[in-house]
Amino acid sequence: MYEFTYQKASSLDEAKNFHGAGEEPKYMSGGMTLLPTLKQRLARPSNVIDLAGVPDMNGVEVTADQVTILARTPHAVVAANADLQKTLPALAKLAGGIGDPMVRNRGTIGGSTANSDPAADYPASIVGLGATVHTDRREITGDDFFLDLFETALEEGEIITKVTYPVPDRAGYMKFPNPASRYCIVGVMVSQKGSDVRVGVTGAGACAFRVPEMEAALSSNFAPEAVADIKISADGLNEDIHASAEYRAHLVTVMAKRAVAEAIG
Amino acid sequence: MTVKFSMTVNGKPVQGETEDRTLLVQYLREDMRLTGTHVGCDTTQCGCCTVHIDGKPIKSCTILCAQVDGCEVTTIEGLAQDGELHPMQNAFRENHALQCGFCTPGMVMSAIGIVDRHEGEELDEKTVRHELEGNICRCTGYHNIVKAILAASEVMNKGA
Repeated sequence: MYEFTYQKASSLDEAKNFHGAGEEPKYMSGGMTLLPTLKQRLARPSNVIDLAGVPDMNGVEVTADQVTILARTPHAVVAANADLQKTLPALAKLAGGIGDPMVRNRGTIGGSTANSDPAADYPASIVGLGATVHTDRREITGDDFFLDLFETALEEGEIITKVTYPVPDRAGYMKFPNPASRYCIVGVMVSQKGSDVRVGVTGAGACAFRVPEMEAALSSNFAPEAVADIKISADGLNEDIHASAEYRAHLVTVMAKRAVAEAIG
Repeated sequence: MTVKFSMTVNGKPVQGETEDRTLLVQYLREDMRLTGTHVGCDTTQCGCCTVHIDGKPIKSCTILCAQVDGCEVTTIEGLAQDGELHPMQNAFRENHALQCGFCTPGMVMSAIGIVDRHEGEELDEKTVRHELEGNICRCTGYHNIVKAILAASEVMNKGA
C-alpha cells in the first residue's frame, strides 16, 4: 500500500473535519473494499478516516412498515437479525450472501452503498426495494442514488448514516456469484408493494439499475413466466474475464425469473 | 506516519507502534513472530490469514493494526491451553484434515467460528461446506476438513 495517515473519528463532525482538512481523504467503514483496493495500489488517499469510533451507527430496526439499517452495521448482523428474516427475508438473504463469513463480520451497508461497486449486492436492494439513503445532511431516494461506475449522488465529504427500506408485500433476491470472490456476476432483487413492482439489477451494468419492461410485465402478472421472454440489451453491460456482456444480459432474465419465484414462495 | 496501539494477543497485552498502513497480519508475523497466521493471496479470498478478533473470525490481511486498538486477538498459536490441543486442532489431526498445512491455521480459526455460530444446533455437512466459502485449500479437496469440523463440533458442543 502507499503510505497514508490513519485517523479515527469519534463523531460525525470530527470525521467531516478530518475529511475537509485532508488533501485526498477517504472514509473507511468495514474496509472490506477500501483495504483490498489500497493493497493493490489502485488508490492513493492521503488520509484514511476510520468511522468505527462514531457512535450510534450500528443496528437494525424492523417494524411492520419499515426496515432501518444503520450505516455501520456488519452484513453478518443484518443477515442474522431474526425480525428481518421474518419481515423482509430477501434482504437478510442478500446480506448473508455477501463475500464470506469473515468478510461479513466487517463489511457494512454504508460502505457498500457509498462505494457502489458494480458487482456489490446492496445496490440491487436499494433500487429493487425503493430504499432511502440517509446521510449527515439529507435523504436521497434509491432511484436517484446510483449514477455511474463507482459514482453516486453523494457530495464531497457526505457520510451515509442509515438506509431505510419500506417493507414490501413480497420480495425475492437471486444472484449468480463469482465462485471465488462471490461478487455478483448478476444479482436481481424483485419486489412488489401494492401495485408497485421493482426489479433492481446489480453486477450487469456500471451501477445498479431497474428494468422497466420487466416491472410492467410483472405488474400485470407477478409470475416468472411474465419475464421469461424479456431480453435486455447487452449494450453497455459489463464485459470482463468472468462473463461477457451477452452472458450478463442473459443472466438478468434468468435471475429475475428465479427472484420472482422466490418472492412468490 | 506511525500509529500507537494496544491490544491483547493470545491473552497477553501488547503495546506497539507501527506504520499507519501496517496490516494486522504483517504485525503478527513480522513484529511478533507469530508466523502461524499465513498470507496466501492478495485479494482477501483465501482465508489463510484468519484470526479471531473479539471472538469473531476476521481476515487479518484486510484490517490495519490501527483498527485493532483495544481488541482481543487470538491466533492459531493461542488455541492450545496448557499443552492440550483445542478440540478443533485435535479433530484436524485425527481426521487427516491437512496435507501441506498452509491453509490449516485459517481453516481451524474459521471452523471454530462455524461451530460457535451453530451452537446448540445439529451442524451438517452442507452448512460446513457453505460456511467454508472464505477459505481455499489446494491440497485436500476439503473432504477431511469437513469431517474434522463435524467431529470437533460434537466434542465442542458436549463441553458447552
